[in-house]
Amino acid sequence: MLAEVNVTIRRFGADPLELLNTMMLIRMYEERAALLQRESGAPGTCTAVGQEATAVGVVAALGVDDLILTNHRSAGHLLARGASPSRLLAEALGRRDGYCGGKSGSLHVSARDLGVVLTSTIVGGELALATGVALSQQMLGRTGVVACFFGDGAACEGRFHESLNLAAVWRLPILYVCENNEWQAFVHRRETMLTDSVAAWAQPYGIDSATVDGNDVEAVRAAATEALASIRKNGRPFLLEAQTYRLRGHFEPDDQGYVDQQELASWRLRDPLSKMQARLLDQGIIDQAGLDALSVEIAQCIDAAAVFAIASPYPAVAELHTDIFA
Amino acid sequence: MKPVTVLEAIDQALAEEMAHDPRVILMGEGVATKRKALLAEFGADRVRNTPLAEGIIAGTAVGAAATGLRPVIDLLFAPFLCYAMDELVNSAGKLRYLSGGQFAFPLVAIAMTGAGWGVGAQHNHNIEAWFVHTPGLKVVMPSSVADFKSLLKAAIRDDNPVLFFVDIGLAHTEGELPAQEAAVRLGEAVVRRIGEDATLISYAKTVGVCERAAAVLAEEGVSAEVLDLRTLKPLDEAAVLASVRRTGRAVVVHEASRNCGVGAEIAAMLTEQTWATLKGPVLRVGGPDAPAPASYPLEQAYVPQVEDVVSSVRRLTRSAAAA
Repeated sequence: MLAEVNVTIRRFGADPLELLNTMMLIRMYEERAALLQRESGAPGTCTAVGQEATAVGVVAALGVDDLILTNHRSAGHLLARGASPSRLLAEALGRRDGYCGGKSGSLHVSARDLGVVLTSTIVGGELALATGVALSQQMLGRTGVVACFFGDGAACEGRFHESLNLAAVWRLPILYVCENNEWQAFVHRRETMLTDSVAAWAQPYGIDSATVDGNDVEAVRAAATEALASIRKNGRPFLLEAQTYRLRGHFEPDDQGYVDQQELASWRLRDPLSKMQARLLDQGIIDQAGLDALSVEIAQCIDAAAVFAIASPYPAVAELHTDIFA
Repeated sequence: MKPVTVLEAIDQALAEEMAHDPRVILMGEGVATKRKALLAEFGADRVRNTPLAEGIIAGTAVGAAATGLRPVIDLLFAPFLCYAMDELVNSAGKLRYLSGGQFAFPLVAIAMTGAGWGVGAQHNHNIEAWFVHTPGLKVVMPSSVADFKSLLKAAIRDDNPVLFFVDIGLAHTEGELPAQEAAVRLGEAVVRRIGEDATLISYAKTVGVCERAAAVLAEEGVSAEVLDLRTLKPLDEAAVLASVRRTGRAVVVHEASRNCGVGAEIAAMLTEQTWATLKGPVLRVGGPDAPAPASYPLEQAYVPQVEDVVSSVRRLTRSAAAA
């Protein structure tokens, strides 16, 4: 079981299968988390099912010295970075072996050893903290870039605009990653923005931007690699918008009764996992038997994670009073 | 030694701590414009003007504090902290706990507040109790020139987020700095005047009000102790309890409005822990539940006056005599 709980940053090589199996790991993890909620009374959770290509594509482009700030839909970013599914699930269940000793739950998981810092579940919170993390990088002579994941909902917060403006003025090394998933909690983006694109909001602040198909993991990785190169070369922040879709509801359990079924169906046809699987089958990089074996292997990993998490004890009640002050 | 003002003492503390530790940086609206000496000594990298955007100033400080810097931010006036509440409360106050202790936030947020300049309620609002009520934050509100310097230095060296409130009415008051600087820790109250019949518990500008009230009471033969809390969180409960157990009477005095203020907390604590020794109810003298007005006579009516404190103590001593 110990091998399950490593804290090593995943280093992605050139093999496209790594991108696929990481996406599959995330998908199965999140569906298991939702299942545990539905069937075993686990606390509610926010998933990013359907957005795996964005998480994996961006994280695969990062170096080991780069840092990540994420939000309430963080499982993909954490797992792509190498987080143990066992410890992550233990955290979601509020157990002692979780990344935060059970005090976070699923909503604000940080894993400092993986460079995933200051996760905030306040929409837009990560945007306000990213400038400070990047200022430390800049002033302390560290080379790592700060990747800040947020959604179209956060882009409608004032902090988005304050953050972009300050990062541009101070030339902070931030890769802003907008996962435009069309949903702002229970409200569709078209009700809250007149533009379809968040990337268009970067330019007035003097920030270069690009938009990418957020459901194509290789396209995301390529775009993120280019964006990171631009940040390192020009010493300026960059905004990458990934156009994707949240296939599950806002917060489990959620019957998605408010979702246009036609729109949902059309995005299901663009599922990032199916897309990558079809591509790799087509290219002969993997065959169906290989895919099936991979599925079984990942399902076993998730089963083991669930066993580990459920077996992990709750924190001692005395923990209520620890970690308040340094 | 030449007397210095509170604002000069703050500048001295900043300069000394920036010289002591290269990780200390200063950010805010006009800090580089107004603090020319600091800018000249430490450079534009460490003394940074910012946009007029308190949220991102605070967020930047919180993110920087967690990753190796020790920021001091000047947010100018306490009501402006409303724009920075998410960063101070939800991030600085909670992310250490929620992450299971993975991060510390050594930062100081400075803001002015209080009556005296007629600036009105959007520049003068004593909201220190909000932060006392919030986990993970420390709150400092000094009254003397020496304390402004030593407590700001202590706040900068503390590994936790500290709200450091500067009472506007004290900004230009002068005082002597001790030749040998006393190392004051956060969370230590100080007795400003020793007394036996009642304890006047206060902080910031109203400590002076209590001292003047104690002088009036002394002429009436009532000996009042004046306790300056200096730090509101952590609160020096031991000092409060020890004094009131001795005197048996307590009046808490602050400019912030009474309802759910620091005085309410102290009154409750004294009731719970010193009931047997109390000779009367714990009384509070504080501002009304109203925005602070700009007009001078209204502003003065808002603020606790010497007579208010004196009459509160008289109420306690006379009811005891009657009993």
